Amino acid sequence: MRDDLLALFIVVAPLSVATVGGASGIYAPLQHQTVDVYHWLTAREFLEVFAIARVTPGPGSMITTLIGWKVAGLPGALIATLALFVPPCIFGFFAARVWNKYRGTEWHSAIEAGLRPVAAGIVAGAIVVLLRIAQTGPISWIVIGVASLVFVLIPKVHPAVILVGGGAAYVAAHFAGFTTL
Amino acid sequence: MALPDEPPLDPPAPLARPHVPLLQLYRMFFLVGVFSFGGGLSSWLHREVVDVRGWLTDDEFFSGYSLTHVLPGVNSSNLTVYIGQHLRGTAGAAVALTGLLTGPFIGVIAAAAAYEYLLQLPGFQAAMAGIAAAAIGMLIRLGYVATRRAMTGVAHTLVMLAIFIAIGILRWPLVPVVLVMAPVSVAIAWHGRAKPDA
Repeated sequence: MRDDLLALFIVVAPLSVATVGGASGIYAPLQHQTVDVYHWLTAREFLEVFAIARVTPGPGSMITTLIGWKVAGLPGALIATLALFVPPCIFGFFAARVWNKYRGTEWHSAIEAGLRPVAAGIVAGAIVVLLRIAQTGPISWIVIGVASLVFVLIPKVHPAVILVGGGAAYVAAHFAGFTTL
Repeated sequence: MALPDEPPLDPPAPLARPHVPLLQLYRMFFLVGVFSFGGGLSSWLHREVVDVRGWLTDDEFFSGYSLTHVLPGVNSSNLTVYIGQHLRGTAGAAVALTGLLTGPFIGVIAAAAAYEYLLQLPGFQAAMAGIAAAAIGMLIRLGYVATRRAMTGVAHTLVMLAIFIAIGILRWPLVPVVLVMAPVSVAIAWHGRAKPDA
């Protein structure tokens, strides 16, 4: 294995398992390793790949794919992606297997019922966290409000239509001279 | 002395579970991966897997959702593995994860190649911010569905509110909050479960 690919794996794989709860926890250690320790990217380049990973589809942690791409091209991108997603998924896989195996038992049903309010609390908390991150102004409140109403009241509408609608509304507001960002 | 052959215990009745071809599984996760802008991934998965296709029940989805939040790694990919495993075992988990990551993998590299150009496009950043805002609406729908199912009693409603306040308002770290509140919530459910002989 080439040295740079091995180094990529060694940087990313431990982060993947050390991170619980989402991509936001990996940014700081990832920046430290890739900018300060390995000098694969400058601080400015790191911000750039961060921004790109945020606006493209998929988990925000696809940032490691881009870092791998910058370091070692396509093999680097593949290694960095697999190193991030595969190790924790092995935990997830076995947890899912155990969990699904005991379906139907009384205690399984109790856990499932007990997890309902937990899931609801997590989603509600995540909404507030996202609202904080998004730069909110009048336009964004309108888009978020209308989008959630449509999602709740007309669940048959394809989500892509609503997402494109949100993007179009912002573009229209942008050209009409409103600040959306 | 030799025991007579005992009849096998009744195997648990197989739960009705749709057979999902792997190709179909890949296609669904591929599309969710391609379209999931701005943090709406779990809501997309809920819509496609529970509402549109009926592959999982709400309880199966949300218990997996809670589970994946305390496991190491990225939540959405863990949820993907959970759903894939549930439907088609090991192959299902691998196919679902590959499907989810194919689109974003290509997309993020393409976007990096075109980044300078994209930034100069008038309105590009506004469009991206608009998509992200609408994606919050999608998460609000998931919150609406989850909340309606969770309010089964005063105690569980309080559990939900406590987690929401801890994570959303006080900004406490999610994992310890969930690790404390989940057992409390399960104990409440265990205590209040329907007793057949009562």
